[in-house]
Amino acid sequence: MTERFIDSRSVQTEQFKISWLTTVLEDQRVLGYVLLIPAFLLIVVFIGYPFLLGVWMALTDKVVGTPGNFVGLANFTKLLDSDIFRVAAWNTVFFTVVATAIKAALGMWLAVLLNRKFMFSRATRAAVLLPFIVPTVLSTLVWLWMLDGTFSVFNWILRWFWDLEISAFGLVIKEDFGYIRGPNWLGDPYYAMGSIIMANVWRGLPFFAISFLAALQTVPSELYDAADIDGATGWKKFWHVTLPMIKPVAVVVVVFSFVITFADFQLVYILTRGGPNNSTHLLATLAYQQSMHTGNLGEGAACALFMLPLLLIVIILQLAYLRRQGVQ
Amino acid sequence: MAEILLKDLYKTYGETPAVRGIDLTIAENEFVVLVGPSGCGKTTTLRMIAGLEHITAGDIFIGDRLINDVPPRDRNIAMVFQNYALYPHMTVYENMSFGLRLRKVQKGEIDIRVKEAAEILNIEELLERRPKQLSGGQRQRVAMGRAIVRNPQAFLFDEPLSNLDAKLRVQMRTEIKRIHQRVKTTVVYVTHDQVEAMSLADRIVVMNNGIIEQVGPPQEMYDNPKTRFVAGFIGSPAMNFVPCKLTTNGDGLSIKLTDGVDLKVPGEREKRYRPHVDRDLILGIRPEHLTECRQHTNEQQQDFGCDVSVLEPMGIDTMVFMEIANVEVCARAAPDAVKNPGETMTFTIDMQKMHLIDPSTDTVL
Repeated sequence: MTERFIDSRSVQTEQFKISWLTTVLEDQRVLGYVLLIPAFLLIVVFIGYPFLLGVWMALTDKVVGTPGNFVGLANFTKLLDSDIFRVAAWNTVFFTVVATAIKAALGMWLAVLLNRKFMFSRATRAAVLLPFIVPTVLSTLVWLWMLDGTFSVFNWILRWFWDLEISAFGLVIKEDFGYIRGPNWLGDPYYAMGSIIMANVWRGLPFFAISFLAALQTVPSELYDAADIDGATGWKKFWHVTLPMIKPVAVVVVVFSFVITFADFQLVYILTRGGPNNSTHLLATLAYQQSMHTGNLGEGAACALFMLPLLLIVIILQLAYLRRQGVQ
Repeated sequence: MAEILLKDLYKTYGETPAVRGIDLTIAENEFVVLVGPSGCGKTTTLRMIAGLEHITAGDIFIGDRLINDVPPRDRNIAMVFQNYALYPHMTVYENMSFGLRLRKVQKGEIDIRVKEAAEILNIEELLERRPKQLSGGQRQRVAMGRAIVRNPQAFLFDEPLSNLDAKLRVQMRTEIKRIHQRVKTTVVYVTHDQVEAMSLADRIVVMNNGIIEQVGPPQEMYDNPKTRFVAGFIGSPAMNFVPCKLTTNGDGLSIKLTDGVDLKVPGEREKRYRPHVDRDLILGIRPEHLTECRQHTNEQQQDFGCDVSVLEPMGIDTMVFMEIANVEVCARAAPDAVKNPGETMTFTIDMQKMHLIDPSTDTVL
């Protein structure tokens, strides 16, 4: 009897505990915060802490192996006075704007093509994603080989065209242009910038194409029927129906890609390391060089932080646009 | 404002035929309704007239012009879609004027036409809104407005009311009829709702399985259906079909239901039915011609008794369901005259309104 009595008491306490926790968690205001904790911790540990550490380092003269002293905004003023930094900042803006514009235009074109029905269209859509799936480091190594000063496959093709025999109407034309070396893709400042833009476009295009394709597929076909009857031809349909319909998605994709491209590092680092003569240095590669190669962590952090205000403006503009769309 | 002529029109999707040889002449300013169950080819036919669907074989003329290979924009037609198909990023005004702007009509002219159409449709105060801010009925009006401003040779409607709730649908139905009376033009209207077809059409075209079953004015379709399909499709509730046998009965003919009920065939139909004596046929009778026992107003009305199985009160009438010859049969009776389920009730059938159907060909004899 006694045993059973004790048993039932402990069961009661157990029940009391559970119901206490349940009551607290039943309250949606509490539960909401409880559910936020894991994500919040992840953000604090992996984003918040490194970010704040970066901000702190940017305000110190920390060199590898020393604690570093607070120097205020000295790192920033020093950077603004440095030629390399100004070149890198301009390069970053140029690289980002040109690469994003090309990706957006080609991505839209590709999406419109992929939106048509043709043989193996599903397989093609999947294949288009490949550059995006391959790890950047690996695919960039392939680019490095293709753009190599001596073994570039592009130059090999150019040479082949040069040596081509053209036979037509019974005449054989053999033009001799002499020996052509082809451009030094990564060794010439202008070609180097073109090369990193080309590789970046190749890598980023699938993201644009697939996102635009997804957006295109949400446009009701009846709208095109209506446009047909209203008298719109192909280009006008695209301009007056397709583009406005996918604009919200397009804006998000472009801004997102802008941010990613702005902070691009791997591609440039593998292809050119910022060279030749700093002509392809971006803020990200410069920051890396300053902190890792020079060991000047404070200056490197300051350099990386310069990206923040620019990107912030872009993101604020995007949010404002999305909010306006929501109101409409 | 032109005649539309369909000549031996065919449409196949791969191996699947959708439209299998349609001949139809739609007169100038006529309101023609294509009606039929889903998949009967009515929408495909309409889209071929619009130019949104390629024609597999046959010819389409609008006015005197063969338009088989003319793109939709040059056919001078306007279309109202089931989901309205309004451009969500344009205001009502921009939606309505889009077609005119593409055709480079002068700004002043556009303004006059849009305002005029808006006035006809009672949407003048909505012109600056976007489709999202409109109710279903208002969107429907804008879709019609977009068609009206174009002042086309023909209006094509593709199930325009099927997205509206029941009450609004009835309202808009009247509205469409009113607009057609005001804006005289040729209309081809597709619906699966036979009530809509009956109430709107000058002529109804009943389609089934890619062919035209019957064409005619609404009342004629109701009174004299030519096939079992049309008989069953037009009219609500649908016509009852009861298996029966045609027999001789003294001098005249009579219809024997398998339950032993014996109904006398009206004298004037005897000649028509004589060749089919002793055959198994189907008796078609509409619920409204099968009522509670009434005083006969003509000699063709006959009485018989049957057990009531289910009642469905509609207010003005009560639908009485019973079983005759293993088939559920519906009668339309006055609410105060119906018996409870299980009880036997006497019904009056008006044999003048009956149809006899040959089950081997599904045609009305």
